[in-house]
Amino acid sequence: MAENIVTIRNLSKIYRQGEINVTALDNISLDIRAGEFLTLMGPSGSGKSTLLHIIAGIDRPTSGECHVQGIDVAKLNESQLADWRNQNVGFVFQTFNLIPVLTAYENVELPLLLTRLNSKQRRHQVNTALELVGLAERKTHLPRQLSGGQEQRVAIARALVTSPSLVVADEPTGNLDSQSAQDVLGILQTLSKSAGKTVIMVTHDPKAAAFGSRTIHLEKGELSN
Amino acid sequence: MALPITYNIRNVFVRWRATVATIAGIALVVAVYMIMQTMAEGLEKSSQNTGDPRNIMIVRKGSTAESSSQVTRAQLKEFNYLPQIARDAKGQPLLSADVVVLVSLPRRDGSGEANVLVRGVSPVGMDLRPQVSLVEGRWFTPGKREVVVSRRLSPRFANFEIGGKFRTGGKELTVVGILDGSSSAFDSEVWMDADESRSIFDRENYSSVLVRAKDDAAGKEFVKRIESDKRLPLLALSEVEYYAAQTKTAMPIKFLGNFLAMAMSVGAIFAAMNTMYASVGSRTREIGTLRVLGYRRRSILISFLLEGAFLSLVGGVIGCLLALPLPLLGYSIGTLNFETWGETVFQFRMTPMLAVKGLAFSVIVGVLGSLLPSIRAARLPVIAALKSL
Ligand SMILES: Nc1ncnc2c1ncn2[C@@H]1O[C@H](COP(=O)(O)OP(=O)(O)OP(=O)(O)O)[C@@H](O)[C@H]1O
Ligand SMILES: [Mg+2]
Repeated sequence: MAENIVTIRNLSKIYRQGEINVTALDNISLDIRAGEFLTLMGPSGSGKSTLLHIIAGIDRPTSGECHVQGIDVAKLNESQLADWRNQNVGFVFQTFNLIPVLTAYENVELPLLLTRLNSKQRRHQVNTALELVGLAERKTHLPRQLSGGQEQRVAIARALVTSPSLVVADEPTGNLDSQSAQDVLGILQTLSKSAGKTVIMVTHDPKAAAFGSRTIHLEKGELSN
Repeated sequence: MALPITYNIRNVFVRWRATVATIAGIALVVAVYMIMQTMAEGLEKSSQNTGDPRNIMIVRKGSTAESSSQVTRAQLKEFNYLPQIARDAKGQPLLSADVVVLVSLPRRDGSGEANVLVRGVSPVGMDLRPQVSLVEGRWFTPGKREVVVSRRLSPRFANFEIGGKFRTGGKELTVVGILDGSSSAFDSEVWMDADESRSIFDRENYSSVLVRAKDDAAGKEFVKRIESDKRLPLLALSEVEYYAAQTKTAMPIKFLGNFLAMAMSVGAIFAAMNTMYASVGSRTREIGTLRVLGYRRRSILISFLLEGAFLSLVGGVIGCLLALPLPLLGYSIGTLNFETWGETVFQFRMTPMLAVKGLAFSVIVGVLGSLLPSIRAARLPVIAALKSL
């Protein structure tokens, strides 16, 4: 079987707000295998986003360890972390977060501008990513000229374009109608099934979770299954 | 490693409602700065255009203005036949003993009087100053109380047209010609015969003497000769040098230009700061997203600094364009010359160097104004930025 891509041990995240401590994640241990499509469910405030952010290297745990492909992400400094994110993680947001003044093509190209690829190589990868999400003919459109579903597909192309081994998505279908949601979930499923990517998706929707290969539940910062 | 500049350019124009006031403000500051500088440049240029490298000027030691200088006829006799002076075909030395008088005359628009510099020249005076040419009418005839006025003074003083008559020194003078000084200091003068001028204005002595040296070496020798003669309280120097030193009048204009620009730029810097803070505020989530994609804090900082610089540069370009019509249309302006105390007329003058200065000035305003907002943008914590609306 495939090896573990993410290894989490005794991970806790505590937010200090003056006198009160909010425990967002409470001593979590979890293994995620390469190529898995893991869905993360749980009530609001249970710590799903927090866990996703720590795995993606945009937040740091209070204690415990989170290894991704053998690297203890929390030990990297700010700049190393930025480079690491660029090379290893694709992030898909609930609110799409495309840059409004850039075209679909330019949005997808953004992460590649940080790599050593020349413009021809970049063009090839951007086109491939846009084709994969079925938006090759929308390259020159600005985000406001696209539907929500199309925007999210562009965002997925942007997450994929650097060929990261890990794609994380925080409620990617939360702002979409059911048809667009189906399209997006289908793409994420294909990524894990055909392209061998590890996909971790937070969702509130059991139907969306059904697209995944495994579902875990969070409750008040603890795993509950 | 940086964000593409098109990203910043588009952001500036997309937010035009918020940026237009700031751009206009910066344009205004740059325009004021540029107008003052083109004025100073034009004034300096008119001094530079005046001297001829072959000519030597003789004035009284210690007198800064020609009108306050005196060269007596006895002194003139000491050097007017020196061998270093070039001669014309008839063997006469190329020498003009000038009488420079300031007279107060009514302005054409009726707004009072102003000083005009009247230069009495010897017959060879015109040959020594080839940049001065007659553009209308004829030269004056000695003894007939005739004068030639400059084309640039003509619209500024009453009766300064051919056939016009004006009274000064109790005598009536008639304008018979218009001269052009090719943007030199002579553009601010009225010319007449030197000896006639001495009699009308009751002057015993000449003000200055201009001679043409045979060659460079002769010129140097002539200067040395005048200097070493203890009986002569005179100063000889090349005409170019003499006029190059006459840039004092441009100094207050330059100073005022710089001072106004400085004072106004404080306002412009705050306007740019305000705009950039608003921009950072409304793009917080965007900044968080860029950081997630792998852009470092420094890239964000540089990107916002560039954006502020670009914003200001747009203002700077507009400011330069606003200041352009005056020099481009050859608009001339008069001011009191602090050297001669006469009205001096000169053209606004734009140079590439000035344009570069104006643009650099605007970029500095932009960078200073966007410094704090850019630092704020770069310091935003990723998670907090992503959660902002
Ligand atoms: N910056 C913060 N400061 C204080 N508490 C925080 C902060 N961020 C998150 N929390 C708290 O941590 C807990 C987990 O938050 P998290 O965003 O991970 O929940 P979630 O499961 O993603 O919820 P939702 O489904 O609503 O998105 C919550 O109780 C939240 O209030
Ligand atoms: Mg969440």
